[in-house]
Amino acid sequence: MDLSSINPVLLVASLMITATPLLLAALGELVVERAGVLNLGVEGMMITGAVCGFIITVETGSPWMGFLLAAVAGAVLSMLFALLTQVFLANQVASGLALTLFGLGLSALLGREYVGIKPPSTPKLDLGPLADLPIIGRAFFSHDIIVYFALAMTVAIWFFLQRTRAGLTLRAVGENHDAAHALGYKVVLIRFAAIAFGGAMAGLGGAYISLVRVPQWTEGMTAGIGWIALALVVFASWKPGRVVLGAYLFGGVGVLQLNLQAAGVSIPVEYLASAPYVVTIIALVIMSKDRSGAPASLGRPFHASS
Amino acid sequence: MLKIEKRASPSKTWNWAAPIMAVALTMIVGGALFGLLGVNPFQAIAKIFYEPLFGEYAFYYRPQLMIKAAPLVLIAIGLSMGFRAGIWNIGAEGQYIMGALSGAGLALALYPMELPILLPLMVIAGALGGMLWGLIPGYLKVKFGTNEILVSLMLVYVAEQILASMALGLMKNPEGMGFPGSRNLQQYPSAHNAEIFAGSGMHWGVAAALIAVIFAYVMLTRHMFGFQLRLSGIAPRAAKFAGVDPGRMILICMGLSGALAGMAGLFEIAGPAGQVSIDFNVGYGFTAIIVAFLGRLNPIGILLAGLLLAITYVGGEITQSQMGLPLAAIQLFQGMLLFFLLAMDMLTNYRFRRSTKEAV
Amino acid sequence: MGTALLSLSGLTKTYPGVVANSDVGFDIQPGEVHALLGENGAGKSTLVKMIYGLVAPDSGQMTLNDVPFSPADPNAARAAGVAMVFQHFSLFDALSVAENVALGMDNPPPRRELSDKIRTVSKAYGLPLDPQRTVGDLSAGERQRVEIIRCLLQDPKLLIMDEPTSVLTPQEVEILFKTLRKLSAEGTAILYISHKLEEIRSLCDTATILRLGKKVATCTPAERTAAELAEMMVGSSLRPPERRAHEPGGVLLEVNDLTIAPTQAFGTRLQNISFSLRMGEILGIGGVAGNGQDELLAALSGEVLTDASAIVMQGTAVGAMGPTGRRNRGLLTAPEERLGHAAAPEMTLTENALLTGSKRQALVKGGWINWAAAKGFAEHIIHHFDVRTPGPEVAARALSGGNLQKFVIGREVLQEPHVLVVNQPTWGVDASAAASIRQALLDLAADGAAIICISQDLDELMEISDRFAALNEGKLSPIRATADLTVEEIGLMMGGAHGMEVADA
Repeated sequence: MDLSSINPVLLVASLMITATPLLLAALGELVVERAGVLNLGVEGMMITGAVCGFIITVETGSPWMGFLLAAVAGAVLSMLFALLTQVFLANQVASGLALTLFGLGLSALLGREYVGIKPPSTPKLDLGPLADLPIIGRAFFSHDIIVYFALAMTVAIWFFLQRTRAGLTLRAVGENHDAAHALGYKVVLIRFAAIAFGGAMAGLGGAYISLVRVPQWTEGMTAGIGWIALALVVFASWKPGRVVLGAYLFGGVGVLQLNLQAAGVSIPVEYLASAPYVVTIIALVIMSKDRSGAPASLGRPFHASS
Repeated sequence: MLKIEKRASPSKTWNWAAPIMAVALTMIVGGALFGLLGVNPFQAIAKIFYEPLFGEYAFYYRPQLMIKAAPLVLIAIGLSMGFRAGIWNIGAEGQYIMGALSGAGLALALYPMELPILLPLMVIAGALGGMLWGLIPGYLKVKFGTNEILVSLMLVYVAEQILASMALGLMKNPEGMGFPGSRNLQQYPSAHNAEIFAGSGMHWGVAAALIAVIFAYVMLTRHMFGFQLRLSGIAPRAAKFAGVDPGRMILICMGLSGALAGMAGLFEIAGPAGQVSIDFNVGYGFTAIIVAFLGRLNPIGILLAGLLLAITYVGGEITQSQMGLPLAAIQLFQGMLLFFLLAMDMLTNYRFRRSTKEAV
Repeated sequence: MGTALLSLSGLTKTYPGVVANSDVGFDIQPGEVHALLGENGAGKSTLVKMIYGLVAPDSGQMTLNDVPFSPADPNAARAAGVAMVFQHFSLFDALSVAENVALGMDNPPPRRELSDKIRTVSKAYGLPLDPQRTVGDLSAGERQRVEIIRCLLQDPKLLIMDEPTSVLTPQEVEILFKTLRKLSAEGTAILYISHKLEEIRSLCDTATILRLGKKVATCTPAERTAAELAEMMVGSSLRPPERRAHEPGGVLLEVNDLTIAPTQAFGTRLQNISFSLRMGEILGIGGVAGNGQDELLAALSGEVLTDASAIVMQGTAVGAMGPTGRRNRGLLTAPEERLGHAAAPEMTLTENALLTGSKRQALVKGGWINWAAAKGFAEHIIHHFDVRTPGPEVAARALSGGNLQKFVIGREVLQEPHVLVVNQPTWGVDASAAASIRQALLDLAADGAAIICISQDLDELMEISDRFAALNEGKLSPIRATADLTVEEIGLMMGGAHGMEVADA
């Protein structure tokens, strides 16, 4: 075992990369849940985004096209969920599971000719002198734009929810859909929009995994990150700021266990590999007492009877 | 303009027509998909649904159906109990693995001792292993209010890692010349879950699945526990008012579904699969969720749905080998089935009505 | 009379199997306080939903200031100057007062300005409110103020109020009326929905009475007696319930220093509640909604457990026992919420009969259900309490509110309880069903059972209870004999005016 082989600068740098897909997906789901909808299909939308982004990037050579269409693919897939739960009034838990199973099958089918290919690389964002700073530059300022986009989205979502009229309306719908309906707000329409946004963010996060984090396409490669993103929303008490904290924490656990594996720690690889999942469970247990941030209408079906 | 309105009472007709409609729609849309993949849709659909039952080689495929349907039905029966009560155990895949490992571990520890009651002991060990794995999310939910969906799912990934660790380490066959995987239990007579009638596909897991169906049916229709289960799901406050302890209900449902999934895993590892290997689990725990819903959470329905999904598995393998249809297409097919079912389901509780005149 | 502000004619709306409104028409003048009077199910709600744009009428016309008026949604109604205060408030618990107000306005001013406006307007109308407080922490009366302020900030020409006094103490009602009179003097018309006759007689200029979806009459309520109005509303004169004289017997139930933390977000803490209950007596517990009624019922039913000795039933400490144990000892309860609490909406009446009757009616032996016996019990309830339903195999949700309530109360009464606790036994129930439920409770007490009737309907409590107490912020007032109580005293027991002030003249 050689712990000194772990470079803290690289650790932080790879932490930011590992955390980004998680952050994107969790932010999307946060908006969906604040609108009162529980979409358990994050994993399915992520993996679909991963495969679509990968295929488009390989075919066009442009990672940006890949990311864009991955977001579109995630959003399109999420519309199936929206249709089921908002129009056909199906159970949200079952529909979310269906979405995940469907997404896993769809992605395996689409991606079967792309296994083992290396995608064109995603360029780093040129931050000029910042990137040249010793240590900090390498750790924080030499990433691609998606890393910073995810962080910017956190602020944007916070601002949207807390400071804008539309955000207030979205929260109101999630809090009490009957009251929102009585005041004349279009509950179903607002939820459709939130679900689409969540799908796009999950798709983007998925593409980040297949294009940057790994970068390769393998079947089932999201390996539960979508589910961890769901847990993260609970962990964060439905607050965007805490989602960042959580995503970086989980990212840290993931990176650390990989580094420990590489360093040859005497713990069996399998146990290290299960660390992110075990940490998720522990985090859920700790945070479950505090349900104060949970939107009151979360997961409840809405049907305007009058 | 069409309007959606809630029915005064749930429609009994649609309760059973919805799954049939869903299957039909899946065939149509799935067929179209096969067409896009360059496969003759009619031939593919026929191969998937006809060949395993009545085709030239049906004598070979029919036992396969039993083998595939048994774990699906066994797991789905357990899951349906929880789903009815609003308890979402979606980590059956993990409980299936842990049950298999517990039972197989017992057998491997005792190898090569021949013991007539070894298989029954393994079944108990398997049930216990699955039960304990299922009780973790159950206990955490009762004690801390932790979401059982996420915890049970996380535990699937943990169980997969444990499986890998066992196949590569502790349970590795010492005479396996370094290859991963344990001894083959099929070659250990006391531990082998052999066919009850040779060539029928009918192993003890099939018997257990049938018993579970009957047991669940009687429980749900005649016993107070079944009533409380249904009550907890459709009106949790009323259940509490009636005197049902929600915590106890969670533990029973998680434990029971875990035990059944664990048993399914054990029957599989001691029979058709034979050994502990990295790729032992093939997603029965997840497909069983579809089976449970498609069977309307009703034991008889689950039996039929389990057979149907077994057909798609076997049929999928046939189309893969004969027509080059990728196996993932079947997975997609199964997901689609659940989608259509959920959509059709609405017709049980709601109906469309042509609205007279909108606005004035 | 000048031109009407709002004129309705020929409004008709049907739902599957129900004609909610049939050919309803009347006028509302500017500045008029117009009562809409009718029983539960008479079609009042549907009518105001049409005016507020939540429901489109099948046929008929509305004009506002002589211009055709057919709001497509509440936004359109608000833009035209119609505002509404809902009976079950359309508020968002987790949001602040200011956010709640902003959500009900089409073009809310910036935050700070809005907060200032809320402060000044609420003060001017005697309804003081802190804009930063979270709505979930407010009392029912305060929540109503939020709704009213939300409406007033938009200078409505017509203000619709749906049963506004059901969440107020008598003192608060007086103050609200002063506020409404001030508004009316300023030229705002008010459509006031209620079934409380005395209120309407003292407040309203005109009253339109609905029965079974049709307009019965439009009259000046001050010129009619309450009895006349009641007869128009119900369609026949109702007999007041009969009380058989009987002496209270020995103590059946004792509650000692009962204290419980709230069980849900924005719940109420019960504090040091003590009382005892004798055979044959009815204890009425009044109070404004949200002051601990649900919590008290949960503590008595066994859904929430306490110290064993906090609740003593015939000498046995039952506080630590669940609902089943208490039912076995004869302590039965009927919660307020029929659908989802007292009954499972998706289940049949037979299954709902089994829900609480399994043990006392011996419907279950060794865990095995005797479905024939359960069906028999359901039929017994249906027959005995005149529940209108095709049969016991019908889902509970298919029954009307009144019929389901008769079933729920009947289910408990027919199990011959020693102590029966009911919460809001006649809430949302038509007059004849309410009368039969009250009669059943009186008969049960006359046969020797002890009854606790928790209700927000003071008239009901005065009619049936022997002794009266009120819940206010989780505390129980001293218990007084009902016979020698005045409305003033009752109001003070309920907590007086709760900080409401008389509107500035």
